[in-house]
Amino acid sequence: MHELENFKDHHREATIFKGRVLVTMLLVLAMLCILLSRYYNLQVVNYENYATQSDNNRILVQTTHPKRGLIFDTNGELLADNRPSYVLSLTPENIPDIAQTINILKNFVDIDEDDINRFHKALKSGRRPYQAVPLHHRLTETEIARIAVNEYRLPGVEVNAQLVRSYPFPFLFTHTVGYVGKINDREWNRFSEEEQERYKGLPTIGKIGLEKYYENELFGTTGFQHVEINARMRVLRTLEWQPPVPGTDLHLHLDKRLQETAFQAMDGRRGAVVAIDVATGGILAMLSTPTYDTNLFVTGISHKNYNALTGSIDLPLFDRVIQGTYPPASTIKPALGLAGLASKSITTQHRIFDPGYYKLENDDRLYRDWKRTGHGWVNIHKAIVQSSDTFFYDMAFRTGIDNIHHYGAMFGLGSYTGIDIPNERPGLWPSREWKKATRNLPWFPGDTLNVGIGQGDASATPLQLAVMTATLASKGKRLKPRLVKSMDDSVIEPEVASQMVNINSQHWDAIHAAMYDVIHASNGTGRRIGRNIEYKMAGKTGTAQVVGIKQGEKYDSEALLERHRDHALFVGFAPYKNPKIAIAVLVENGEAGSKAAAPVARKLFDAHLLGNYLLDEQERVIATNGVQP
Amino acid sequence: MSSVRQQDFLRRMPDASNDLRQRRSVWHAIHIDPLLLVLLIILTLSGMWVLYSASEGSLRMVQRQATFFCLAYMAMFAVAQVRLSLVARWAPVLYVGGVCLLIAVLFFGVGVNGAQRWLSVGGFRFQPSEIMKLAMPIAIAAYLASKTLPPKFKHVFWSLVLVAIPTVLIIRQPDLGTSILVAASGVIVLFYSGLSWRYIVTAFTLLGASIWPMWEYVLRDYQRQRVLTLFNPESDPQGAGWNIIQSKTAIGSGGMSGKGWLDGTQSHLNFLPESHTDFIIAVLAEEFGFIGVLLLLTLYLLIVARGFVIAANAQDSFRRLLAGSITLTFFIYVFVNVGMVSGLLPVVGVPLPLVSLGGTSLVTLMLGFGLLMAISTEQRLVVNK
Repeated sequence: MHELENFKDHHREATIFKGRVLVTMLLVLAMLCILLSRYYNLQVVNYENYATQSDNNRILVQTTHPKRGLIFDTNGELLADNRPSYVLSLTPENIPDIAQTINILKNFVDIDEDDINRFHKALKSGRRPYQAVPLHHRLTETEIARIAVNEYRLPGVEVNAQLVRSYPFPFLFTHTVGYVGKINDREWNRFSEEEQERYKGLPTIGKIGLEKYYENELFGTTGFQHVEINARMRVLRTLEWQPPVPGTDLHLHLDKRLQETAFQAMDGRRGAVVAIDVATGGILAMLSTPTYDTNLFVTGISHKNYNALTGSIDLPLFDRVIQGTYPPASTIKPALGLAGLASKSITTQHRIFDPGYYKLENDDRLYRDWKRTGHGWVNIHKAIVQSSDTFFYDMAFRTGIDNIHHYGAMFGLGSYTGIDIPNERPGLWPSREWKKATRNLPWFPGDTLNVGIGQGDASATPLQLAVMTATLASKGKRLKPRLVKSMDDSVIEPEVASQMVNINSQHWDAIHAAMYDVIHASNGTGRRIGRNIEYKMAGKTGTAQVVGIKQGEKYDSEALLERHRDHALFVGFAPYKNPKIAIAVLVENGEAGSKAAAPVARKLFDAHLLGNYLLDEQERVIATNGVQP
Repeated sequence: MSSVRQQDFLRRMPDASNDLRQRRSVWHAIHIDPLLLVLLIILTLSGMWVLYSASEGSLRMVQRQATFFCLAYMAMFAVAQVRLSLVARWAPVLYVGGVCLLIAVLFFGVGVNGAQRWLSVGGFRFQPSEIMKLAMPIAIAAYLASKTLPPKFKHVFWSLVLVAIPTVLIIRQPDLGTSILVAASGVIVLFYSGLSWRYIVTAFTLLGASIWPMWEYVLRDYQRQRVLTLFNPESDPQGAGWNIIQSKTAIGSGGMSGKGWLDGTQSHLNFLPESHTDFIIAVLAEEFGFIGVLLLLTLYLLIVARGFVIAANAQDSFRRLLAGSITLTFFIYVFVNVGMVSGLLPVVGVPLPLVSLGGTSLVTLMLGFGLLMAISTEQRLVVNK
């Protein structure tokens, strides 16, 4: 049995083997079919997919960013410039130890925590391999030289030049020109796909002021370059090239000399100054104080500086000119006077006796005049010159809220002026409908009285007051205020916002004459600035009551006391015949309009009409009057 | 020979069905199978054609490859002259020697990336696992051919032990890809010896059941990573998935007829990794398209078919089993490489036979073909009826 088992059956073995070979041959064919169907699927069925992917691999669309448009003042003075700046960037793939490289760099470059955090954030966000990531901006010449010397031990470190926005007068045009800053995540996510393409790789975008409002014009058109690259991001050749179109230059109505005069005249006080060219509605000067250094924002402001700005009780970030809504107080008396005359509720001869208060029938409350003893017999002329509250209580009552609202609105109160910078607020010019809609209360006669002296619910921005004054000066033609005079070569035509018709020109003359006497008569509230004056002007002072301060408890008692003082206001235009310039000034907590606000306006009139600009060659020195974080 | 044992005698018995067809020719005299040689030369030359492109037109690299081929063809020619009875007799020595070298690798081996695969002797470096690729089928074939076939259970058992020893040693290096291929070359011999289908089905069932414990306890982290990446390469596009994504892109963007020789952007712009070694078929697929792949696979099919013909015509079980195993193992290399580059199989580091740049594997493969040639042209002891 054992013998038999060991006896090999060659024929059987060969047959079994051949059967098995046949099986494996079939298996081989089946496996080859699997492979071929796989390659067929990749190469024929999904060809388009992979061909695109292969092109995406090798073709990089490089965006070439256009030169941002420059901003000039009315005399061609440069207000926003592009300057070369050197950026330190790292290519992580070429760096063996990033932390160590940064430590070496710290020895000769001023790298702070913010830089490092931003770098790591950029590193984590979508990025192609071998794409450099910026670490530090604004290298100095010394830093560049030190990096160059140490290049041998810093693989993957590079220094690139790029154009960076620069503001020659950062403290003068803080809120008007505004600034560009880093694009943050929120902005990026709001972008359309087209915009993302446009801003790809570009760190900055207009954040406030003209830089934001005219972002599209200033930006220009991004250029594209299709280049073939290898896996290490080395550019091998250019396939297609479309050059960028530079942004449009903005030429402003703003006059840097007048702006600086305003800055000097404000002398570090908080407030707002607006000067409007009566003929065109062009803004000649527009200042909200305190200001701050806009250059800090361009390459990313540090947390310390930013916190100093946001934490300041002087609110430097707040643009008082277009966002600060204050009671217009007595500055609206000329406009209301016109409303009274035009609606025939009074005449120029109409007079009342002012005992120092006004009293409604069936109402025990006394509406007091600012002058306890009263002004005696007053007509509209005297009421404006001496700012009689009693007269205007009476006149408002006679005219009624509907007429007051109608004429006030014609002066631009309660609506957007339409100025060409963003985030403007409309203030409030109350009406019956407004009170019903917001408070669900009927209109009371007492409400009318408060509006009649520019208090109560009425509020306006300094810009609105300036527009109102310019409208008075041009006898009812209200123009949209504009900062930009022309873009490249195309001049922007003045735009009429509203035009008052059917108004007796004697009524205008009466109001103008009263405003003239505010300055030039011996009993005018603004007589202080009428002394030693070489030209004739018209004006009106105002003193707005500060109702209360919401976060009062945060301030120490002395500061609190200071901040409870009245706001000083002044509006005016000059020359008296053929007015050229209309001005509104607000000094926060300046107490009396005639003392605090009117002199500021006088300095601007002198500068604009006589050329007596207040200039300081060392702008930086003045600038320290503003908030320097 | 002092004494002829019964088994020697049996092994030299003619296969009745084949003896009549044998004709003597010059090819028999120099022990070369002309058809196989022509196919191998076509494959070799086309491989160098692709390599020239994959290496960015580097003649130096192509020359190096050509030198390897010369050495490999010489080795093949030399092995083709060896009598297979001698091979069978020396099989145990070859096997034990190979295992000893594998053990030596574990202690004295050099290597990179935490894997010890190389032995360095007097400045000459080689991988003992390459020796095992041939020693394994020779040993199992010699062992089984000395028994009656189909094998009995105990012979199957001992064969599996012989397969397991070097496999485990290679896994320890660790080199999962090679260990699987070495094990396969041994198991294939078992299959060809007529292993009962019952065993085969049982084995596959057990294999299926062992996947989970293998995954959990045997595979290293980087091997698991490779498998995971295979199923979802997009999960790590910059890291582990990069190779597969880029090679699929290269293959797919080749389309039906390819981008043209030297015009493959994926390989020439360095997106494709390992383009001249393991991933060379992606270069071919990109530049010559689906048609190029079809032609290459046809060439491989012809070589495999010729190998099977030689195996089927061999005169005894040892030669049959050896030839069958060499041929099928060769095809498995092709399948694994072509499958892994296209993302069908995990990336296990198997070169494309006779096309990828690389010396050691080339020599091993050509030694295998030398054995095939020897089997194909060996003089039969019985010449007439």
